[in-house]
Amino acid sequence: MLGKSVISLDDLSLPQITDLLHKAQYIDTHRKEVAHTCDGRVLATLFYEPSTRTRLSFETAMLRLGGKVIGFAGAQLASVTKGESIADTLKTVSNYVDVVAIRHPKEGAALVASRAASVPVINAGDGGHMHPTQTLADLATLQSRFGRVTDLTVGLCGDLMFGRTVHSLIETLCRFGNVRFVLISPDELKTPQYVLDRIDATESCSYVEVKDLASVIGDLDVLYMTRVQKERFFNEDDYLRLRDTYILDEDKLSLAKPDMAVLHPLPRVNEIAVEVDDDPRAAYFEQVKNGMLMRMALESTVVGDELPGYEPFENKEVQA
Amino acid sequence: MEVTSVQNGIIIDHVPAGTALKVLEYLKIDPAKTKLALIMNTDSHLYGTKDIIKIEEGDGESDPRIDLDVLGLVARTATVGIVRGGTIVEKKTPTLPEHVVNILTCRNPRCVTTTERGIDQMFHLTHSERQEYRCDYCDEEAKL
Repeated sequence: MLGKSVISLDDLSLPQITDLLHKAQYIDTHRKEVAHTCDGRVLATLFYEPSTRTRLSFETAMLRLGGKVIGFAGAQLASVTKGESIADTLKTVSNYVDVVAIRHPKEGAALVASRAASVPVINAGDGGHMHPTQTLADLATLQSRFGRVTDLTVGLCGDLMFGRTVHSLIETLCRFGNVRFVLISPDELKTPQYVLDRIDATESCSYVEVKDLASVIGDLDVLYMTRVQKERFFNEDDYLRLRDTYILDEDKLSLAKPDMAVLHPLPRVNEIAVEVDDDPRAAYFEQVKNGMLMRMALESTVVGDELPGYEPFENKEVQA
Repeated sequence: MEVTSVQNGIIIDHVPAGTALKVLEYLKIDPAKTKLALIMNTDSHLYGTKDIIKIEEGDGESDPRIDLDVLGLVARTATVGIVRGGTIVEKKTPTLPEHVVNILTCRNPRCVTTTERGIDQMFHLTHSERQEYRCDYCDEEAKL
């Protein structure tokens, strides 16, 4: 994976994803050993739109590996205000750094960036399109909770139409196989057909679509909650009407299995009641930690720095 | 209805009824500057109705300039007959191209192609039966 850009998870084979998952677990238990893995490296975080959480995660990941960070947050600070293209910015920044993480409001911006750059580019979110490291964080959370990412009943709840993290997670879990999906959403925010086609095309996976969370929560191993995002709506009335459709609280959670994991890409608005945070099933802040660990694994891998003491995971059963 | 036969050129047959002008536009053939005949909404055994485009072009020596990839994209059912000396000497069937560059334009207002200068409009075939193309950048489905 040396020098490889990661624009979507399709850029990575299943053995590569599996290896990253194991690297993340290794990093978590060997923090001191890996603290100088990327000494002398520089990461650029080019954030053309605000996303404090993701930017801090990328930056902390490089700092914890011993590298340094440059970058900007908010396009108004950047030369883009002078009319510079993404391609030109990347051609310039490539001369300064070893790896780039880019976030941009336009869909496909990360692909443009990777084609222009001479160093690996990691997509930190391009509009409503792709956000591969979020999916890696989701997978890492399943891996740490269950020791596997297959043979699970995964409920996805809320905005399944515009939620890119949901689509990416479904598609990636389909690649691993053996997952039953329960798609919980109002009619207005149902899963797009091409995502359902993807599940249908996977023999070992299946799905059901339902509207009521409480009636299915008892069947789930994983409940992935999503925010109904205001910026995805053209009409504020539609947003306000649908925002509060699904709220997870202790009452609903009492119907769930004792070891179910609640995930959420964060930030939440009100779809998970604060009281749920103390429940051992709440895994969403753990997901944030896993996101940083996966970014550490990914950043060190694409720049070609090996984690001291780590032995590559080779799963002969997993086919790319 | 009688149309004089083509001597040297091409006959694009089985064009979906009513789309001949759109096909010419995609093929970048200017009807104002080309010697051609359009037959629209005529009977077809295969499809009920169809359009036919006859283009007089060339001297009979060189192959006519027509992009079969583009034709496959806009008129999948079409067939192309190469005419030399008044007879069809060769028939070609367009296939769906895997990749199309700078023929389609992404309609997604959130796509990077709407703002980034100097990049090609690129689409890839994602479903050949449905003839579904998606933007390389944003994955939005192309509208033909």
